[in-house]
Amino acid sequence: MSAFFSIAGVSKRFRGLVAVDCVSCEVAKGEIFAVIGPNGAGKTTLFSMIAGALKPDEGEIMFGHERIDGLRPDEVCRRGVARTFQIVRPFPALTVEDNVMVGALLRTSDTARARETAHDVLRRLDLFDKRQREARSLTLPDRKRLEVARALATAPQLLLLDEVMAGLRPTETDRMVAILRELNAQGLTILLIEHVMRAVMALANRVLVLHHGAPIALGSPAEVTREPAVIESYLGAEAV
Amino acid sequence: MPLDIYLNVGVSGLLTGLVYGLMALGLSVIFGVVRVVNFAHGEMMTIAMYLAIVAFQAFKLDPLVMMVPIAGVLFALGYVMQAGLINPFVDRPEHSQFMLLVAIAIIMVNVLLLVFGPDARSVQTPYAFDSFAFGRIIVDATKVYAGLAAIVVAAALFAFFRFSDIGKAIRACADNYTGALVVGLNVKHLYALTFGIGAACVGAAGAMLVLLIDVTPPLGPQYTLLAFVIVITGGLGSMPGALVGGVLIGLTEALAGLLFTPSAKSMFAFAILVLVLLFRPQGILGKRAS
Amino acid sequence: MTHAGIPRHGLALLGALLAALIVAPHFVNDYLLTVLILILYFAYTGQAWNIMMGFAGQLSLGHALYVGLGAYTAATLYVHFGFGPWIGLLAAVPVAMACGAIIGFLAFRFGVAGVYFAILTIAFAEFARIGFDHIAYTGGSGGLFLPVAQYTQNDLWNLRGKPIMFYYLMLAFTAAAFLLCQYLLRSRMGYFWQAIREDEEAARALGIDTFRYKMFAVMISAGMTAVAGVFFAFYYNNLFPEQVFHISRSIELILAPIIGGIGTLFGPILGAFVLTGLSEAMTELLHTLGIDVPGAKQVFYGVCLLVVVLALPDGIWPWFARRLGLARS
Repeated sequence: MSAFFSIAGVSKRFRGLVAVDCVSCEVAKGEIFAVIGPNGAGKTTLFSMIAGALKPDEGEIMFGHERIDGLRPDEVCRRGVARTFQIVRPFPALTVEDNVMVGALLRTSDTARARETAHDVLRRLDLFDKRQREARSLTLPDRKRLEVARALATAPQLLLLDEVMAGLRPTETDRMVAILRELNAQGLTILLIEHVMRAVMALANRVLVLHHGAPIALGSPAEVTREPAVIESYLGAEAV
Repeated sequence: MPLDIYLNVGVSGLLTGLVYGLMALGLSVIFGVVRVVNFAHGEMMTIAMYLAIVAFQAFKLDPLVMMVPIAGVLFALGYVMQAGLINPFVDRPEHSQFMLLVAIAIIMVNVLLLVFGPDARSVQTPYAFDSFAFGRIIVDATKVYAGLAAIVVAAALFAFFRFSDIGKAIRACADNYTGALVVGLNVKHLYALTFGIGAACVGAAGAMLVLLIDVTPPLGPQYTLLAFVIVITGGLGSMPGALVGGVLIGLTEALAGLLFTPSAKSMFAFAILVLVLLFRPQGILGKRAS
Repeated sequence: MTHAGIPRHGLALLGALLAALIVAPHFVNDYLLTVLILILYFAYTGQAWNIMMGFAGQLSLGHALYVGLGAYTAATLYVHFGFGPWIGLLAAVPVAMACGAIIGFLAFRFGVAGVYFAILTIAFAEFARIGFDHIAYTGGSGGLFLPVAQYTQNDLWNLRGKPIMFYYLMLAFTAAAFLLCQYLLRSRMGYFWQAIREDEEAARALGIDTFRYKMFAVMISAGMTAVAGVFFAFYYNNLFPEQVFHISRSIELILAPIIGGIGTLFGPILGAFVLTGLSEAMTELLHTLGIDVPGAKQVFYGVCLLVVVLALPDGIWPWFARRLGLARS
């Protein structure tokens, strides 16, 4: 019985430094799964390996019945796994609409259809009114939503979100949480790296905690935040 | 062909290569720190060469003696260029930088053409026809002096970057621009200094090269290209690399001119460039880019 | 700087320009006609180069290579086998595309990008320049000459005839290039190209096979440029490797699109008009002032170039378009 998405024994070393140390987990379809941990814990490295930007030294990454570790980033995206970047990377000189159309054009070669899809996605992400603005003129919260919109336009089944809440004020965080909840309700599986515990507690079905590249806890948000190891390494006593 | 001829040509190429290396060193310093592609590099050298010719023809001053003042003039030119024109372009896309320096190069070449006319000029020092004999090897005196001068200047430059405070500051800028800003270094000033130093190198190289070849205004572009080939081959960010690359290219040119037709010698330099770009982009002595 | 459709008054202006260019030969003297041909030549090659740089973001500083390959292929077929230029074109374009494919493949597979890619393109052009000097079959350094005689009629098949024929031919090419660029920019490939230009890694994360599309950009650009090469051969009737492949040709070729506005549809065309117009105006000015020193005109030209680069970093067209109320493209 293969899981919707699974990581098995994945490791990555950078010249002697162990960035990711034998991480395994399974993500069920329709789940929202969070990966948390202190800076340098290996979270983004893990994501990069899933997304194809890096190759794992050991282990397997399975999506459906297929092994996706070692595939190129564009191959991974085509198979239905889309990602956002920790530091957002919009296409600065293109409009918001065109940015999202680039994503939509993965699934159709008809620019008119792609534009429709883009508009759809932009409405869901509350960016439709700004669609003609150049991406470089957007504020950070808007850019974050654009990043999500663009990835969404590729019609993924699994969405990797890398610290999408970083830099957002609480109201914007809540807005993003609401959007993600809605997308999840419509069937999107989400894997997210997050520091903003407010969002993690509100969204995640299950949480994996990494420390120095190794998993130290896995469970529901409530379980994980009560684990002594987690409190010691990451949350601090006040958070509980 | 007897070994003697190979040795003679080889040594000759090596010495010329040292001068090329010094010229390329200037480019390496500029590109390594400021990250601007100086497409006016060869033109700057041509200016230096003409300065040497003027000094020689007017005051009978040996180019190697004039090397220091000429380097000084080029330093000032480089500093002003960077501080005045190029600084805003450091963050701009490559094609913008390229256009800026091409425009500057066009102005330089044609001002030289205006002032000096299209005819070739050269310098004929008293020792122009002398040669030294080292065993079976006979070398032109001009090449020996030029080669030695190149080594001296390069050594001075290494020492500067290694031991002086300003040199260290400049290296800091190259390694980590943001870090340098945070630490309070005046990066714009250091960039201008660096460009000035690179220009001074190329000025000194020009003073040496004028002993070896004739000058015409459009001489610049081929030397700019040559400098790039050398810097990339030797390794960006590596000062010894520029000299090693220079010697390699000098040798290649000389031997290719001997074994094939002289006109084909640049082809070998370009072939080396392509191979380096493909298989060892960090160059012979360079470090892998982070 | 996106694809957007051209607003209606933009179309009207474009139509007016086209109409003016169509009737121009009847109102200008022979010399000005050759100037116009030159403008259109640069407008055409500029658009071809713009596809690779402006759309896909790959800086080529050795585009003279493709002009030369196109020119020599067609000229050789004509001189040695009597094949007319239209047949020659069928050979010239694939030759250039193949060469572009080789350069692209080597560069993109081995991760040669940015400045290094630009230098690689220079190296290949220089290679051709020196190499062709040694190919006796195509005339070597002495040059390849097309037979010229006094023609009373315009022979469109063999492209032998008066300048006016070449003018309309170049006008047709330039107009066709414009339509092609517009089509490409609005197509899926155009979007992917722009994504690659803006941020290649982000483009890959969206499922775009960047290698493939960069190759397309290089090959299409090369093929289009080769057509200009064929024109070059049959218009000037002589080819010297030293001139045709020289880096000055490559630089000339890119002046118009950079000054006009990279990545825009109309930039290269406007750039060609402005630059050639400027150059001619300089010549006239210096002539009337009685200054006849070699280099004087070029100095002024360089200064003007410098001013434009400093004042209008995005090129003249975006600035001009805003004035005309044609904000995009």
